[in-house]
Amino acid sequence: MPEPGLYHLLFISAALFFIGMFGFFTRRNLVTMLMSIELILNSVNINFIAFNKYLWPNKMDGLFFVIFVIAIAAAEAAVAIAIIINLYRSHGSIDVEKAEELKY
Amino acid sequence: MNDLFTLMKSELLVTAIIFILLFLKIGKGIQNDKLLTIIQFLLLLNLVFGFFFNEEGSLFGGMFYTNALIVFQKNVLNLGVLLISMLFANWFKKSEHMPEFFMLMLSALLGMFLMISSGNFLLFYLSLELATIPVAAMVNFDLEKRISSEAAMKMILSSAFSSGILLFGISLIYGITGTISFTEMPALLHQSPLMIIVFVFLFAAFAFKLSIVPFHLWTADVYEGAPFAATSFLSVISKGSVAFIFMATLYKVFQPMLGLWYNMMMLLSIATMIIGNLFALRQQSIKRFLAFSSIAQVGFILVGMSSNSTSGTAAVVYFILIYTFSNLAAFGVAAAIAYQTGKEKIDDYKGLYQTNPFLSWVMALALFSLAGIPPTAGFFGKLFLITSGASKANYFFITIAALNMIVSLYYYLKVVRAIFMDKNEQAIEKINIHPTTKFALLLCAAGVIFVGIFSWIYDYIQSLA
Repeated sequence: MPEPGLYHLLFISAALFFIGMFGFFTRRNLVTMLMSIELILNSVNINFIAFNKYLWPNKMDGLFFVIFVIAIAAAEAAVAIAIIINLYRSHGSIDVEKAEELKY
Repeated sequence: MNDLFTLMKSELLVTAIIFILLFLKIGKGIQNDKLLTIIQFLLLLNLVFGFFFNEEGSLFGGMFYTNALIVFQKNVLNLGVLLISMLFANWFKKSEHMPEFFMLMLSALLGMFLMISSGNFLLFYLSLELATIPVAAMVNFDLEKRISSEAAMKMILSSAFSSGILLFGISLIYGITGTISFTEMPALLHQSPLMIIVFVFLFAAFAFKLSIVPFHLWTADVYEGAPFAATSFLSVISKGSVAFIFMATLYKVFQPMLGLWYNMMMLLSIATMIIGNLFALRQQSIKRFLAFSSIAQVGFILVGMSSNSTSGTAAVVYFILIYTFSNLAAFGVAAAIAYQTGKEKIDDYKGLYQTNPFLSWVMALALFSLAGIPPTAGFFGKLFLITSGASKANYFFITIAALNMIVSLYYYLKVVRAIFMDKNEQAIEKINIHPTTKFALLLCAAGVIFVGIFSWIYDYIQSLA
């Protein structure tokens, strides 16, 4: 069985990115939308690691970037979930369609 | 070691203020009145210190870079935060969690400072997140209001999505060049199809933060739902800082791809001006009106940015200084009225001049400046933006920008007409303005007039650029 190469990893990451984007635009549940954004961030992580391993093995920038991206994603999710909880308290639902007072 | 303290002066000062606030918060309860005075004093000190001990240099292996122009940009942002702390004094005093609001605001400001002087995509990404996540919490600060949480939800989701796009672009650019440093990158960039995709991703992320047209949909909703202090922070400070770093990356890092980004810039600028103006025409709420007007103003900033010259840099920095004064004055007046009467519709302002001449004059000056009518500074700001944009001899583009200025005159003057000319039996009653708010409004009005008249300000910025 052949080793997976750079193209396989890039394919996976691009697929994850667009799955995340599709989920972000089609799902109406706020937590699912947040999960879609996490998918996008993880696709970025795969990209960085793959480039670091196959193209620039001597430059560790990609690896460091991944560590910071994971940390920031956690911080972002914390604030987003706090906001979603507050939205649930005031609207009684975490469906984006229910939050529709601000328009045009 | 000395370098660290002089070069990172602004960042360290803001960090120190955040810590002081933290200790004041956990320590004995101080009354909001006193605390607000302390905070204003600290912010004033911060602004004054910004003008001394300025040096040029870089730290941490080129990750952090600063020079006189960057320090000036930071001072403009400092000035904006000081004005915000004075303009919304009434709201801050009533708010139960005032120190937290300032902590969030100052950490966002710290993020913006690091972002402006970042020399590396890693620091740029980290500071961009530091500059946006606290703002989402600030937008949600009116916890009991439904629209506030809705606005915060829209803000955090769209900003998280845009930073995902930005990261994907950065990861591809790392794959192409093998570096994330701003100084090493330009030599390694060549125009290729992959590079164009990368550029589209990065441009989209910046466009989200600056609310350039195809990505502007969150702006008006967030502005309307947020408390006035957060709205003005978003529209002035946040937008200004992103404009500075956007310009710096375009001019330094993406210089080899000038032909590509000039065309993109032109298309987006035209779309931004036209859509911003057309939507501003039909707004009833003053916050949404100012939101769309600020989208249109970003279109004009892009005209200046597209010139790719030092005069373009100077014009953008000068315009943002003026924009700070005029937009904050408009938000300050709207907030003073909304705090007492709860009225935020433009129709409610009919006959305001009969009861509140001071507020009416400040609002009129601010709107004249935003529209770009000669005695005010806004005229000079737009003049320099458009002349530097014209240096490319693309007269089609410049003509559209000039025509858009005429359209924008119509809706700004519509508000002025409502205030001064329309008669109204139930005009808004006499507003009690807090003394610090009044002082800040006077400062803004003075800025709107004198920044334009004193030509040495523009000369100074040009000498730095």
